Amino acid sequence: MLVVEGLQVEVGGKLILKGVDLEVGTGETHVLLGPNGGGKTTLLMAVMGMPRYRVIKGAVYFKGKDITALTPDARARLGIGMMFQKPPAVRGVKLREIAQTVASVREAAHPPAPSLEGIAERLNLSEHLDRELNYGFSGGELKRSEMFQLLCQAPELVLLDEPESGVDLDNVALIGEAINDLLGKRGKIKERKASGLIVTHTGHILRYVNADRGHILIDGKIACHGNPRDLFEEVQKHGYGRCESCR
Amino acid sequence: MPVERELEDVRRSLRGLDSSLLRELDRRAEAAREKKAAYSLDIDLRAFHEGEAVARTDSLEALPDEVKAVMLASGVDPSESGRAGSYVQVGKNVIYERVNQIYSGKLEIMDVGDALEKYPDVRDLWWTVVAPDQDKYTAFSQLHDVHGYFVRVFEGQEVELPVQSCLLLHENAEVQNVHNIVILEKGSSAHLISGCTTSPRVKTGLHIGISEFFVRPGAKLTFTMVHNWGPEFHVRPRSGALVEEGGTFISNYVLLKPVKSLQTYPVAYLRGRGSRAVFNTLIYGLENSHIDAGSKIVLEGEDSSGEAVSRAIAQDKSVVYARGTLLARQNRSRAHLDCRGIVFGDEAQMFAIPELESEGAPQSLLSHEAAIGPISEEEVEYLMARGIPRDEAVSLITRGFLDVRIMGLPQALESAIRKMVEITQRESM
Repeated sequence: MLVVEGLQVEVGGKLILKGVDLEVGTGETHVLLGPNGGGKTTLLMAVMGMPRYRVIKGAVYFKGKDITALTPDARARLGIGMMFQKPPAVRGVKLREIAQTVASVREAAHPPAPSLEGIAERLNLSEHLDRELNYGFSGGELKRSEMFQLLCQAPELVLLDEPESGVDLDNVALIGEAINDLLGKRGKIKERKASGLIVTHTGHILRYVNADRGHILIDGKIACHGNPRDLFEEVQKHGYGRCESCR
Repeated sequence: MPVERELEDVRRSLRGLDSSLLRELDRRAEAAREKKAAYSLDIDLRAFHEGEAVARTDSLEALPDEVKAVMLASGVDPSESGRAGSYVQVGKNVIYERVNQIYSGKLEIMDVGDALEKYPDVRDLWWTVVAPDQDKYTAFSQLHDVHGYFVRVFEGQEVELPVQSCLLLHENAEVQNVHNIVILEKGSSAHLISGCTTSPRVKTGLHIGISEFFVRPGAKLTFTMVHNWGPEFHVRPRSGALVEEGGTFISNYVLLKPVKSLQTYPVAYLRGRGSRAVFNTLIYGLENSHIDAGSKIVLEGEDSSGEAVSRAIAQDKSVVYARGTLLARQNRSRAHLDCRGIVFGDEAQMFAIPELESEGAPQSLLSHEAAIGPISEEEVEYLMARGIPRDEAVSLITRGFLDVRIMGLPQALESAIRKMVEITQRESM
């Protein structure tokens, strides 16, 4: 589904990713762990094609196609979706308008989505549909708004940047459920087609989402791979110090 | 010139005024004949002339298609469907006035000259919220033949459908001199839309429009002015509103087409206890437009409150001034000013000038926020990540910025204005 090859990415003139290789297969969910400033968000942003994350070297492939030169909107239309850690507010644009636009992007490639209202209700966002996008939303509401938009889009590759940060426990459970829906985790393993790449700092989300593989990203490079829970346990016990020595 | 002869020959519309009042108004106007306006470019009034006579019409549908099209583009529907009444003035000629039958007895619409002749109370209101000696434009208006709409909504009447008026310039280098009076009697409510525009072949002109609004106790007026001029037109509206106890005056101003110069600074005097005023301004500065648009709220009544919201875009080589003044003269009054601007390109200029003044009202609360900036790249990219191409994302954000919903209009008007925003945006991208 996703192949990242020797990716070097610069942000504001500073090299952040220094050669990342990563592969996420169809139906797989991977988590990215790592200390602050290690490049986790940058990797997601670069896969999404955000213009301020400039690829210096390497390539990104999605379903076998080189998408390195594509704009984010083209990538979204191909089936990549992202939950932002700190999404901006867009004044004057309603959440409903964006959801409708996103759903229409989806309809080209997928069966029709369940009603927007239904998805909104599940995420406790019914009253937010006619509010300005992300404007005045609390931390939990922002995360739910992001999940809502992704559920409307139903991407094949889901990029989630710290879905649990700034969210209370009830909301983490709700978001965990939504992620499982998005990744089709409730279906049979063989039928799972959506893939996920999740950045997590606290690891709380691993209680709700069953990830297949974990990677530790330190100083712009993948330091190690492994079972996500093992990796997280290791990090909780020893911090990232031992990972440093693995590099 | 003796007053009697002047009235007979030149200013038949003012025949209702008694001669001493007329002399006094003329004296004040004469003194201001050369007085430059406080803001914007000075205009040589000698470059403009009064237009020719135009015949009345029995039906707006009978007007030429090109005229109907510009009317429609200014929010005035020539079919009159869904309208409580209509008034149309071409140059100095009142060519149509009509009240929808179902509103007969609820409101009246007529040429202001007829109203001055018919009603003593209208004569008492003439030039009471706008001063004839404010500047050379108000002076010109007083000293020349003038027409305009008089709209009165009778006590307790709720007029749900909008009343529409169209002020149209139809000759090159014509000056259109308009003086309107609108009275919302006690407990009444209405929407009034005033579309100001030009015949498509007309390239230059000057519009001077005096508007005086009187909102009686408990009444509510939503007034929406849509300007749809051309790149060689000068426009000088002069508006004032007097709001009595518990009354509400909502004034919406929309300018989405190029104009040579426009300067306006309407004032709402909140005289009554609990009275309220809201100004919403949407401006899209295009080409070489010089736009200077403000709004002023004077809080004179206890518990009076106001809000002035301005959304302006400066593009191409346009210059946009967005002004706002809140003046508190009474304790327990409060008002807020919200002024935001977007500048596209290196050649456009924008100035946001909010002013807060408190005169002997230490307990009043005035606040403002003002910001000018580009469209946020972060917002554009965020929408792109949702599958929306860059152009559409910019367009969505701009349209959201010029948010028509803030105006609280009836559905038909809201969608008409939203459509105008979309057209302007499509053409300007």
